[in-house]
Amino acid sequence: MATRKSAAQSKAGSNVSADELKSYYRDMLLIRRFEEKAGQLYGMGLIGGFCHLYIGQEAVVVGLEAAAEEGDKRITTYRDHGHMLACGMNPDGVMAELTGREGGYSKGKGGSMHMFSKEKHFYGGHGIVGANVPLGAGLAFADKYLENDRVTFTYFGDGAANQGQVYETFNMAALWSLPVIFVIENNQYAMGTSQKRSTSTPDIYTRGEAFGIPGEAVDGMDVLAVKEAGEKAVAHCRSGKGPYILEIKTYRYRGHSMSDPAKYRTREEVQKMREEKDAIEHVRDLLLKGKHATEDDLKAIDKGIKDIVNKSAEFAKESPEPDVSELYTDIYAEEIPQGDAIETEDA
Amino acid sequence: MPTEVLMPALSPTMEEGTLAKWLVKEGDTVSSGDILAEIETDKATMEFEAVDEGTIGKILVEEGTEGVKVNTPIAVMLEEGESADDIDTSSKAAPAEDEKADEKPAEKAPAKAKDDAPTPPKPDQTPDWPDGTEMKTQTVREALRDAMAEEMRNDPNVFVMGEEVAEYQGAYKVTQGLLDEFGAKRVIDTPITEHGFAGIGVGAAFGGLRPIVEFMTFNFAMQAIDQIINSAAKTLYMSGGQMGAPMVFRGPNGAAARVGAQHSQDYGAWYAHIPGLKVVQPYSAADAKGLLKSAIRDPNPVIFLENEILYGKSFEVPVLDDFTIPFGKAKIWREGSDVTLVSWGIGMTYALDAAEKLAEDGIEAEVIDLRTLRPIDYDTVISSVMKTNRCVTIEEGFPVASIGNHLSAYIMENAFDYLDAPVINCTGKDVPMPYAANLEKLALTNTDEVLEAVHKVTYR
Repeated sequence: MATRKSAAQSKAGSNVSADELKSYYRDMLLIRRFEEKAGQLYGMGLIGGFCHLYIGQEAVVVGLEAAAEEGDKRITTYRDHGHMLACGMNPDGVMAELTGREGGYSKGKGGSMHMFSKEKHFYGGHGIVGANVPLGAGLAFADKYLENDRVTFTYFGDGAANQGQVYETFNMAALWSLPVIFVIENNQYAMGTSQKRSTSTPDIYTRGEAFGIPGEAVDGMDVLAVKEAGEKAVAHCRSGKGPYILEIKTYRYRGHSMSDPAKYRTREEVQKMREEKDAIEHVRDLLLKGKHATEDDLKAIDKGIKDIVNKSAEFAKESPEPDVSELYTDIYAEEIPQGDAIETEDA
Repeated sequence: MPTEVLMPALSPTMEEGTLAKWLVKEGDTVSSGDILAEIETDKATMEFEAVDEGTIGKILVEEGTEGVKVNTPIAVMLEEGESADDIDTSSKAAPAEDEKADEKPAEKAPAKAKDDAPTPPKPDQTPDWPDGTEMKTQTVREALRDAMAEEMRNDPNVFVMGEEVAEYQGAYKVTQGLLDEFGAKRVIDTPITEHGFAGIGVGAAFGGLRPIVEFMTFNFAMQAIDQIINSAAKTLYMSGGQMGAPMVFRGPNGAAARVGAQHSQDYGAWYAHIPGLKVVQPYSAADAKGLLKSAIRDPNPVIFLENEILYGKSFEVPVLDDFTIPFGKAKIWREGSDVTLVSWGIGMTYALDAAEKLAEDGIEAEVIDLRTLRPIDYDTVISSVMKTNRCVTIEEGFPVASIGNHLSAYIMENAFDYLDAPVINCTGKDVPMPYAANLEKLALTNTDEVLEAVHKVTYR
């Protein structure tokens, strides 16, 4: 395999190695293929209820995970499959949760919108628009209390950015200098309402100004630009300067959820984004034009991803439904599952 | 192998649909994400996309076909190197059909298994502290403060946050002195943003701390109730047991005096409704202390409902280094054989007052203080009702779907044959709290109502 150190120039102007580019390509492709498979399983009736796909937005989580370090935390909304895959959670466990099976991350009791991983510092998977924003600031509060230098990535959408609790949280996060990065994934539609029709100011990142929180807009279809912005935000938070806002302009190709026909935008609009701005195609171009990979190399990556995704679908179909006794478990804890942050003598 | 393209389910409830239009024809090459067809459901027309790349080998269902069942094969896709001749048209049964094996509905929730002839349960009525323990007189306010201070000394993960808890020393002085002892890192004044700081508290609990979130009153916690219920109470279950919210939400609850409709509501029944929460509503100072210490140590979210009028009331509190009271253990304040009075929190004032007056008339009431509303000590209630055959419940909350209603139903299910009269619920009235002094009195329950109820159920 070609591992010579060569750098590709992204639109963001950052230097990046061929191996890094390939890993972004792989991670984004995994999310896309996984989501396409989830859509297919939904169509077959194997996944029920609400299912919000991340297709189109892959560069956001992959770019930011590239800026994160071990121990950093992440929390997001119900459009969460991409975040889980990007932070290294097992695709089998995620897919099996989508099918509501015992082998899922929440033993089938959470579903598409509610998964967690203590090991990967992934704190959900939340279904109430805006509610995960104070929770993310609370995780950052704990890290500040513990005096470690961890940061928390708190993801939410352009729709959630209009919720009151987001601004209550901005105020306290700034007041207490909490190490939290507010990541606004602006995919331009709050369900079916375009940003123009719902949001008084077009630049959501400026809304931190009233609280003294710096913010910037980022091209969310360029994984390298996202990574670079993420690194800047992380450095800001880790150095104790308090919160930071990244408004990442992205686009979802699918409807809000599986049952959304997406009639509020034209097919041409979606097609134009796919053809001109697709984040995966962009990295593919960088790899091929920079001669960091051949078509065959990429085909091999595609094949590997396809195998992982097919395996996850098989696992998700074969894993049994949770035992009926699970109905009455996990309502009350006998001990704190995540453990006390500071170990005490009694514990 | 050629792959069947199945009629998709495009919404949580779709069972069949119309294949409105094919956007591809046989022989077309497609890649994943390309739109294959338009499908009409009862709600909308949806676009149906290809998942894999390949060639459309054969279209099995013509456009315009109505009532196509979900999972019916509608086309066949060919991979590289395959031809339409490879297609086996004897299609198999749709895979999802046999996946739907419905489990029997699981056993109905918390009611206990009943024997044919119910025998009195044996409740835990061991003393809360050993006989002969030294006692001191303390107000409820002081007992609550001591409970927090002791637990904060024991566990560095515990901190208090809320409006005016630090520099002001508590809007009702419950956190008095805590800032001096523990500093601003652990005793934190918040802005007036209940929804936001309750959520930050829950997030901190996810992160391994043990927050005590004080609401200046529980009336203001309505701004935060989504975080309490959706985030704190449900996460353990939604995460399959991986993560929970070990924390206490506390503050005064219920009517104070002349503060009007928005500041005078009892939330006991609201929170007791929620699986995943524990709910405490103490009456005495000793219970306030012992139960708050248990609440802070509990690995689950606990709603701790105090009362402004009780804050200044004095009781005997045991002088012990480490004294806790377990949840789900009621306290019998007074034994009696003629009627069971069940109450908790400030309702106990009326229950005990009524019991004294009844004794003067020769009616011996047994008075039970539930102390916790989730879990509820059903055993103590049922064994008492089996003895007295009569029951009156007393609470300040609204009458509809009250705790008293729930207890009545539970008693009916589990001790029906022992009842000599219907259970009566004394509650607050079904009105927003009025301001006028005379009307406010009428809106709350009182000793006279308890007496009247007891006379009714004892027929004397």
